[in-house]
Amino acid sequence: MSLLEVRGLTKIYGSLTALKDARMTVTGNEFHGLIGPNGSGKSTLLKCIAGAELPSGGTVHLSGRDITRATPPERSRAGMSLKFQITAILPQLSVYDNLLLALQAHDPMLALIASRTRGRLHDEVMELLTRFGLADRRDQLAGFLSHGQQQWLEIAMALSRKPKLLLLDEPTAGMSPQERRATGDLLGPIKARCSLLIVEHDLDFIKDICDSLTVLDQGEVVASGRTDDVQNDPRVKEAYLAHG
Amino acid sequence: MSVNAAPPPFRRVLPIIEIALLVFALPLPWVLDDFWVLFATKICILALLALSFDLVWGYAGIMSFGQALFFGVAGYVTALLATKSGVTSIFALMPVAAFVGLVLAFVVAVIVIFGKRIPSVIFVALGTLTGSYAVERLARGWSWVGGQNGISSLPRLTAGSFEIEEGIVFFYIALGILVATYVLMRLLVRSQFGLVLTGIRQQEARIAFFGYQVQSYKGVVFTLSGLIAGVSGGLFAFHEGFIGPGQLGPVLSTQAVLYVLFGGAGTLIGAVLGVAIIELISYVLPQFTWLGETVTAFLETGWPVVLGLLLLGTVMFRPTGLIGLLVSDRERVGSFGKAARAAPPQKSQASHEPA
Repeated sequence: MSLLEVRGLTKIYGSLTALKDARMTVTGNEFHGLIGPNGSGKSTLLKCIAGAELPSGGTVHLSGRDITRATPPERSRAGMSLKFQITAILPQLSVYDNLLLALQAHDPMLALIASRTRGRLHDEVMELLTRFGLADRRDQLAGFLSHGQQQWLEIAMALSRKPKLLLLDEPTAGMSPQERRATGDLLGPIKARCSLLIVEHDLDFIKDICDSLTVLDQGEVVASGRTDDVQNDPRVKEAYLAHG
Repeated sequence: MSVNAAPPPFRRVLPIIEIALLVFALPLPWVLDDFWVLFATKICILALLALSFDLVWGYAGIMSFGQALFFGVAGYVTALLATKSGVTSIFALMPVAAFVGLVLAFVVAVIVIFGKRIPSVIFVALGTLTGSYAVERLARGWSWVGGQNGISSLPRLTAGSFEIEEGIVFFYIALGILVATYVLMRLLVRSQFGLVLTGIRQQEARIAFFGYQVQSYKGVVFTLSGLIAGVSGGLFAFHEGFIGPGQLGPVLSTQAVLYVLFGGAGTLIGAVLGVAIIELISYVLPQFTWLGETVTAFLETGWPVVLGLLLLGTVMFRPTGLIGLLVSDRERVGSFGKAARAAPPQKSQASHEPA
């Protein structure tokens, strides 16, 4: 069964049609790459799926539920999580508190007022910190982490609520080659638990970790399917070559 | 590299300031004369009003110009109960004041805060300002509540058969309510709920994507602030023996804003200090005689200009307020996790605690 189902998604900004009748499907436990030249509409598509922008037409379903116009908290509760390009960590809070904030997001307000889940969530925070190599920096302010570590912290935060679908917008932008490799290694194991929809410029990185790809060009889906098939699709080659 | 760039573990200064101020305040009635005891009581009462604004602005990032609305209406309602129905028991009137502030703030929150999308700071500021302004005008024109003159010669509060006179007893009641409110607020802003507020203050839009209903949090904080402002207004009316339209409007609302910005938003003690220092300066400046006759003559009427410049300078050069001179940013924001509470050498102890 498909986890994410995008049908006929259109986004119009004034006279500019950024997305035209886009359709794509992400199944459970799948890593799905979203690629295309600059300005092809992939960020717009991701934002419409995430709820940061509302589409002009079309629908988005998550696990069979229509979430096209759901608010961000509703999407989060439906099992969607995301990491945008702009840093969303809280630089003035410690690494530990950043993760705690993400982890406790679905707890009832009264439990938070009484700090009733602080003890229970401690182990989960420490486990995530260890998994993402941040355990020895837990009391450091997040703003003082290196760029790569900030990205990992964000991924850890995005994964903390055990989402069914994680949206990642250019997770390796600005990273060193070593950090890229480490990011790939960190993402690998999550496939058992959740699906990934990832926008990325680095094609080698995408090809390494993604099972399937959707290629956009000028706001339209050019191809969508298994990574190997899509790569050899003549229309994809043309779209990429035409734009250099 | 990044280890070197990390700030040193912060020194805790806030508890020292808090305890020092409490120790300073406790014996005041025994060393001050009657006038200054009344003055100190008024500071305790206004500190509650400032705390109510600090909670919304300093912790949840809501710019409210309506704190006097909750303060004043609670004052009016309790004053009317005392003058028209003869209710004077503090145990009845203070809960009523709290309840009035809470309900009123909830109603305002429904209009300006709750909703599907996050309202802008300026919308909330104007919304609360308008409310405060409209109710002041209403009170001025409504003769049943005293019109321009407000309600004066209020009876004294009572506790059983005991009449609570302004002075030592009233001071300790006000101080007691202030300290209790302060402690509860401190627990709140240092709880996991407080962590969410910190997140809202820093990255409001992003927090929603974690799954937080940001508006609900803001609405709850705003409603609670109404409760605190209400208690403050009830105490104020009976301490002064008077409540008038001036205690409802934008002037007092703005005063609450200035107390907090001057003392330091986002630390509770900053709000209390702001009230104490501004009120002291306002009292001392007009009778300042040390710098010759010309200065004295100017200050007699011109003192608000000096006070205004002082406030402006603080807000411009010390956005964290006076408290920012003593307290580091790191301590002001604070830490919320369990890890932060256990000292590093006791790591193993933490892991033994039940999950």
